[in-house]
Amino acid sequence: MIRDQGLISKIWRFAIWALATLFVLNLLAVIAAVVVNSFATRWLGTWLPAGWTTKWYFSAWKEFQLSSVVLVTFEIVFTVVIISGILGVTTAYALARRDFVGKRLVVLLFLLPLLIPPLTYGIPLATVLYQLGLGGTFWGVVLINVVPSLPFVVLVMIPFIEQIDPRIEAAARVFGAGTTSLFLRILLPLLLPGMLAALLLVLVRTIAMFELTFLIAGPTTQTLVVSLYYAVFASGVRAGQSIDAMAVVYMVTTLFWLVIALQFVNPTQIVARAKQPAAH
Amino acid sequence: MSGPPLRTRLAARGLDGTTMLILPGLIFMIALFVYPFFYGLVDSLTPKEGGWYANYAKFFGDPFLYDTIGATLWLALPVTIINLAFAVPVAFRVRLMNRQRLLTTILVLPITLGTVFVADGLLTFLGPRGWFNHTLLAIGILDNPIKLTNNYWGVFASLLITGFPFAFLLTLSYISGIDPAIEQAAATLGAGPRQRFSRVFLPLLVPGLAVTFCLAFVQAFAVFPSAVLLGAPAGPTRVISIAAYQAAFEQYDHSLGSAIALIMGGVELVVVLAVLGGRSFFYRGPAGGTKG
Repeated sequence: MIRDQGLISKIWRFAIWALATLFVLNLLAVIAAVVVNSFATRWLGTWLPAGWTTKWYFSAWKEFQLSSVVLVTFEIVFTVVIISGILGVTTAYALARRDFVGKRLVVLLFLLPLLIPPLTYGIPLATVLYQLGLGGTFWGVVLINVVPSLPFVVLVMIPFIEQIDPRIEAAARVFGAGTTSLFLRILLPLLLPGMLAALLLVLVRTIAMFELTFLIAGPTTQTLVVSLYYAVFASGVRAGQSIDAMAVVYMVTTLFWLVIALQFVNPTQIVARAKQPAAH
Repeated sequence: MSGPPLRTRLAARGLDGTTMLILPGLIFMIALFVYPFFYGLVDSLTPKEGGWYANYAKFFGDPFLYDTIGATLWLALPVTIINLAFAVPVAFRVRLMNRQRLLTTILVLPITLGTVFVADGLLTFLGPRGWFNHTLLAIGILDNPIKLTNNYWGVFASLLITGFPFAFLLTLSYISGIDPAIEQAAATLGAGPRQRFSRVFLPLLVPGLAVTFCLAFVQAFAVFPSAVLLGAPAGPTRVISIAAYQAAFEQYDHSLGSAIALIMGGVELVVVLAVLGGRSFFYRGPAGGTKG
């Protein structure tokens, strides 16, 4: 790599690092503020709270009925992951292996939900789901969340499947493998690393998916992030520390899966489309 | 019938059993994405009362509604430009770093935690007694705490916190895709740092930056929870998604709600197409190494 030694270059480099450091510090402080406040007895106008306590976690757990909210969140998220995994991998396989009339149109259809803001398609979709009687139900929340997740899986899986040599499948056929054993014994093991990465990313994204879930969730089908929104929205009704305790519960849930996901994917892949599959 | 059987002819066009595997996913998307879109379109054209255009006439006739377009753009455009303007130089430095992983992991946090969590954190952090004001008072930059929540700047800060990492990570992935040999060649031929950036890197990056701008803009334009929690949802940060949500789910006028949602998509499409259209004036071609 080339490194310039001139004075202006040095000043410029220093300015960039200072800026980046400042940003990271602020970012970490925002997260730390939530964590510190959730353990505070009283925190008004000082650097650190007057005292420390864990009581807010107990009160938040009871007040916000977190045991049922966490359970519902996981039920919804895992159902979304399974459905978008099955539909997404089969679709991606066909798109990666075959060229047919209208393929570009199909790919475009799978790109659109990732480019259009969720509320734009979410409001008409939620209207349709409400009219079908799915508003506020478990399946309503699952269906609306599969809409952005399925295209995500498809777009992550297409390049991954394309780099698997089709001759491996042909060879398996030659040696007499049926469709079932071809899938179970040849394709599935090869696809597993890519699927794991794609599905973990869907998992993390669905836990944090606010807008769509918010449109359709009813009192019994709120996910953690929607409950958190309502709690912050009605802040003043409950102690701020209690709300922050809930935010920490949400944070831990998300970070738990993020840490697992980062074992298999690069952080850039969470925002960008996978350029090179993780298993390379 | 002469010639090969239908099955063979279809297979020659790429239609066989494997192609049919797209059907489950395709049917799902048609049922839950394409159909609701057209349903919303028809719904927006069949208002509760008045002619077919009544919803659109209402939107563009009521400043409380049409001002939301300006309010949203006034938030989304500056934030996106700032995010991108910072993301490019920082990504250029980080690309030379050996241990990028820690930094990228930290930066991916606000994206995965989402806007609701960030809004909650910023309420404490930027509040009149939060660490931000406290630090500025301690250093002596401020005499009195400044109000940064429940106004424009609160939403601005939240879009910065979630938007900058997003723009940065995308830019970084584009920059790492440029073959370092190109820069070395330019340096060998005597190009200074500024020239290498403006004459070599920038033209190669423009297509990627245009896409990054669009994706970052889409996110900022769709701002919703932080505009409610951190902003003044009845005032300067009454963004278009709030108007759409209120129409559809607070006034129970899904016809008007769909109309606003479609206007929202339309405005965004105009900006995105303008940016992507400008992209065609620049070089488009391979910039990667042998791997492609």
